[in-house]
Amino acid sequence: MELHRLLDRELDALRDRLLLLGGETETALRRAIYALAERDSATARAVLDEDDAIDTLEVEIDRLCVDIIALRQPAARDLRFVISVAKITPILERIADHACNIARAAIDLNDEPQLKTYVDLPGMADHAAAMLRAALDAFTSNNPEAARGVIARDDEIDEIYNRIFHDLIDLMTGDPTTTTRAARLLFVAKHIERIADYATDICELTVYMTEAKFIKHSN
Amino acid sequence: MSVLTPMTVPKPLVPEAPAEQLSPPERKQPAAPEVKVSVRNLNFFYGHVPALHNISLSIPERLVMAFIGPSGCGKSTFLRTLNRMNDTIPGARAKGEVLIDGHDIYAPGTDVVELRRKVGMVFQKSNPFPKSIFDNVAYGLRINRMAASKADLSERVEKALSDAALWPEVKDRLKTSALGLSGGQQQRLCIARALAVRPEVILMDEPASALDPIATQKIEELIVKLKKDYTIIIVTHNMQQAARVSDQTAFFWLGKLVEVNSTEKIFTAPHEKLTEDYITGRFG
Repeated sequence: MELHRLLDRELDALRDRLLLLGGETETALRRAIYALAERDSATARAVLDEDDAIDTLEVEIDRLCVDIIALRQPAARDLRFVISVAKITPILERIADHACNIARAAIDLNDEPQLKTYVDLPGMADHAAAMLRAALDAFTSNNPEAARGVIARDDEIDEIYNRIFHDLIDLMTGDPTTTTRAARLLFVAKHIERIADYATDICELTVYMTEAKFIKHSN
Repeated sequence: MSVLTPMTVPKPLVPEAPAEQLSPPERKQPAAPEVKVSVRNLNFFYGHVPALHNISLSIPERLVMAFIGPSGCGKSTFLRTLNRMNDTIPGARAKGEVLIDGHDIYAPGTDVVELRRKVGMVFQKSNPFPKSIFDNVAYGLRINRMAASKADLSERVEKALSDAALWPEVKDRLKTSALGLSGGQQQRLCIARALAVRPEVILMDEPASALDPIATQKIEELIVKLKKDYTIIIVTHNMQQAARVSDQTAFFWLGKLVEVNSTEKIFTAPHEKLTEDYITGRFG
């Protein structure tokens, strides 16, 4: 029984580190979008500077997962939890990379005149950030139903993306001087769309962890 | 003038198949394995004390089935009902059916000696006879009169030792005492002794629990190799061992069979909470 209490403590520590990584990633995303919407390059640079801490956290969680598998040999739900954390960790790190890319785009765009036409990237980003938070909440509360609810919201992001895509294409064709800036925003929209996809990946892993069902690619 | 010889289209090395053979082959459904051991409503008692409660279980042939569960859960008792090793315990009695190849081994008139030839057993502690290595393996062959000649006997002993992955280590000292072998070698000798009489089912009761990791690994590799030809049923307290060697796992608790499923399923997503709690170390 002593061994098991030890495992429980380690699993709790793993959960805490993942939550920390999730929180840092979500903050990076929100700050990157703020930097873009408010033309605040200092905040964008801060996002880039803070990415190293996220990378370090990713490596730390990786090591914890490997240690637990090697030394405790977890089974069943414990194993599924560790495997899910090991898979969610690089997903979060990639989301943070997308946030960095958005921050870089913000720095570039802030050196140029603001587009006159409003493009609802902040609204799309809010939606994606909310999905990410809900995905992490579903994971930490072992709630597969909540996870499925988040997955269903991915279609909304895809719709917003398509709308923004067409708006930006219209902008570029209507006023070729906007092409460079609009293209950058197009990339930003794509980053946000990918982040929502990653949130659904986290939810699929939540379903796997709680119900031992692989729903990825099951349509 | 060109020095190049005219090019010819090289012929395919493999003749082209006729068109009708190019259609995608149909996916073959693997045939369901034959059931080797079928247990139906088995109850077992030590005197008046029930030890097994209404166990029903089918064990397909040529795979490894592991029995796991906490001490005293009945897994060894159940294993020993499969070749009637419990018959020797005063007051012990079984109620229900144990069918091997469709024949009830508890039916009156069953030849228990023949049953134990067909269903061999390897115990937790290796138990070689105080005889030479050769004579240990030849023992069952001699009493069952299974060798036609001395040469045949030698051949069968060599085959059994080879099948038990022991031959290279003992081939030069067959006449020396089996008691001089290491623990792991003694256990493989006992497996060779069981294999010599051509069993169909091999019962293993904690076969590696007294061995070091290297000897354990050899036994485990042997088990995986042997399942090609034998149905192997292993009792183990080492859950990682069950996960490593078995195809199916049955979990016992308080004399009851709680769950049986593919080993992969049992260790990643067991159906019963009791199984999950046991394999994740929450009790036991």
